[in-house]
Amino acid sequence: MSIDAFDALQNWQLSEQVSLRDEAFGALAYHHGNRRLVFLKSRELVELVRRLGEFDSADEAISALAPADQRDRYVTALASLHRSDLLNGR
Amino acid sequence: MGAESSLRDRFERGLAAPICLTWELTYACNLACTHCLSSSGRRDPRELSTEEAKSLIDEIAAMQIFYVNIGGGEPMIRRDFFELIEHAVGQHVGVKFSTNGTRIDKEAAKRLASIDYLDIQISIDGADAATSDRIRGVGSYDAARRAMDNLKEANFGQFKISVVMTRESIEQLDAFEALALSYGAELRLTRLRPSGRGVEVWSELHPTLEQNRMLYKWLLARPNVLTGDSFFHLSALGAPLEGLNLCGAGRVVCLIDPVGDVYACPFVIHDEFLAGNVRAAGFGDVWTNSSLFKSLREPGNPGACTSCGSYDACRGGCMAAKFFTGLEMTDPDPECVFGHGETALASKRVTIRPLSSPDHSKRVPVALSSR
Repeated sequence: MSIDAFDALQNWQLSEQVSLRDEAFGALAYHHGNRRLVFLKSRELVELVRRLGEFDSADEAISALAPADQRDRYVTALASLHRSDLLNGR
Repeated sequence: MGAESSLRDRFERGLAAPICLTWELTYACNLACTHCLSSSGRRDPRELSTEEAKSLIDEIAAMQIFYVNIGGGEPMIRRDFFELIEHAVGQHVGVKFSTNGTRIDKEAAKRLASIDYLDIQISIDGADAATSDRIRGVGSYDAARRAMDNLKEANFGQFKISVVMTRESIEQLDAFEALALSYGAELRLTRLRPSGRGVEVWSELHPTLEQNRMLYKWLLARPNVLTGDSFFHLSALGAPLEGLNLCGAGRVVCLIDPVGDVYACPFVIHDEFLAGNVRAAGFGDVWTNSSLFKSLREPGNPGACTSCGSYDACRGGCMAAKFFTGLEMTDPDPECVFGHGETALASKRVTIRPLSSPDHSKRVPVALSSR
């Protein structure tokens, strides 16, 4: 359980307590521990979240997977998922 | 806000699988609540076998339905109850089940406390025995409280106390809140629907306009009180309540009944909303291909609500509440906060209120205290 602020320079991965289900709009994420249901509202964000664990930092993952001009948007989206406890540090 | 409303449009067109799947395990019940949504009482001989129930759970897991809401009847009456819920949580399908609590003795409480991914909702219909037992039968309130005591003693953790809002119980909101607090429990309030046996008592028991306005303010100030998106018709009063605020029937919600019949939502156990049966080609086939569900995923017709500025907030309200009070789908919700539902009901020359099609009520209700 981390309540620290989200740091995009650290490494992150999807919590093992979270299931993702693909939907036409993106995906549903469900945290089996806190029972929270979260909506990922784009396919690109889903791909980023799934592959987050392959990179040394969230920043690197965003550079590799998201359009450069949308970096801030993706950092904000990941920070919000982190607040819902969906992401873990490795 | 724009993104949120487009997401809601997306939900109205349906999802790959339900978010909220209710599964009534049995029609058997040892109580005979006057407002029972499923007209439960007697077990149906055609109910799914243990093997059929387990393969349904396997399919639910494969469809990535994250949790299932189990009800009845009284689900704990099934002899394979623990076997089934342990099978579900073993595959990461969370279980939330509703019970009257009569079967949660000390031993059952310990076993329940040992299972992960399990939520329990214990139903009462009043903050005192007299009020609650008028709906649920003599002795039912004390039995529910014993179940709560046993769960607390077994360190189950946070369970839920679930209350249907009637004209009487709605006057006891603060007492319910205090009761939940005393157990460290969550409070869950749901709407009285004119479904099942509820069709007989709805006219006398549904909250007044004034009470609904009070409830809306009470809930708005308490975002931690759970409602299962029950009161979205009240969101026409102003800021939206917590939840998706839409009719999820056949879109994000559906019901599987004890014999495997799939209905659009837990409040419409009626032939007109029957989408298929899981015994044919499985649940996924019904969810994806049922012509009923496809039609429910078409854009709704605001009908009589077209000119109302609040249609976007309440979406015309609850399909089941309209259907079982004899209103058309294009009419306002019978409990429309602006009174349009009452006007619509009064303007019907003859109201034909359909009864729930399958009725498993006991022919003679049995008082719990006599058992």
